[in-house]
Amino acid sequence: MMSRKAIDVWVGMFVLASLAALFFLALRVASSSNTFTNGVGYHVQARFENIGGLKTRAPVRSAGVVVGRVDSIQFDNESFEAVVTLSLDKNFAFPKDTSAKVLTSGLLGEQYIGLMAGGDMANLKDGDTIKITQSAIVLENLIGQFLYSKASGDDEPSPQAR
Amino acid sequence: MGTLLDFAERLGAYVNQRVSRLGFAARFLWVMLKVSGTSLLRLHLTIREIYFAGVLSLIIVSVSALFVGMVLALQGYDTLVRYGASEAVGTLVALSLVRELGPVIAALLFASRAGSAITAEIGLMKATEQLAAMEMMAVDPIARVVGPRFWGGVVSMPLLAAIFSAIGVFGGYLIAVVLIGVDFGSFWSQMRAAVDWQSDVVNGILKSFVFGIAVSWIAVFEGYDAMPTAEGVSRATTRTVVISALAILMLDFALTAFMFRGN
Repeated sequence: MMSRKAIDVWVGMFVLASLAALFFLALRVASSSNTFTNGVGYHVQARFENIGGLKTRAPVRSAGVVVGRVDSIQFDNESFEAVVTLSLDKNFAFPKDTSAKVLTSGLLGEQYIGLMAGGDMANLKDGDTIKITQSAIVLENLIGQFLYSKASGDDEPSPQAR
Repeated sequence: MGTLLDFAERLGAYVNQRVSRLGFAARFLWVMLKVSGTSLLRLHLTIREIYFAGVLSLIIVSVSALFVGMVLALQGYDTLVRYGASEAVGTLVALSLVRELGPVIAALLFASRAGSAITAEIGLMKATEQLAAMEMMAVDPIARVVGPRFWGGVVSMPLLAAIFSAIGVFGGYLIAVVLIGVDFGSFWSQMRAAVDWQSDVVNGILKSFVFGIAVSWIAVFEGYDAMPTAEGVSRATTRTVVISALAILMLDFALTAFMFRGN
């Protein structure tokens, strides 16, 4: 039978080991993606004709750097547009005429919002709306346009036909 | 007609028996929680049970975690490399461990390693009339024997699950980065980008906490309710493992449906 002290030591080491495991999970494995989505940012809206497969909590990038997250996606039943609320990091300010695009990272990757800064002197404030937007590219529409332009006498022969 | 009535009668008796046993188990839990104050005040009793349930399960949990992580990395790599996404193997290993496999396999191991031992111990104490002797000495066996074992299990389970997930990720790292040669940086950075502290890690720990309560409850109840014979104790031990495994898998489904319903 082990003494009470030895048992205490073992249990203490057990607890320490599990704390170390939690630290490892916190620092190496996981990251808090919502560091600035809860309150410590400012919200702007953007209206898109089509957002493709954009989801909430998708990143907002400018020049490739994550500057915010998609907070919510709603449908406006009057203009039949998607209203996307972006939550942007307070440390980054963007001009009023910044444009937003729905982009895809990689071929199979997730969709995100790309911000392209404009030249206006005034900056976007909480509650503003981004005026210039570009919708997601829908593959079916692209194929449709391609087939349509082929059918309408685009008489440049393809390499295979030659 | 006669056989049908017979069947209905047997079915009714079976259901009645099950429901009354469930009710007894719930009342047992309630009584145990009421006297938990005294068993937690004598903390060394609970610490002793954490040693038997948690510390002694460490080796089997760590070794299983290492191998589970390594197998996940091997199989994940095999599939992902076809799509040219072999760097995502870290994401696959970490997400499946932290969300599902860590809590579930740690709980299954815990039920068969520690739960069965608790049942056998309490059942044997009952069979050898030690529990009755305690009552004769005005010591409440539920406060002295059952409570510390229950709380020891509840405390140990989340700690074991956290260790399982961490060691499993390390096993995946060993195979993917050291053996196969997936890029070190993208392995960790893709993992970090995909795993969220709040919704993945904390939810996984919460799951293991629920499993800890379920397994410890089943183990102490089966032990306390065992027939006081050699055969009764062996049956109770088997029942603990079987019922715990079923409870863990069903609870896991319910919790997963509740926690990870997509965005």
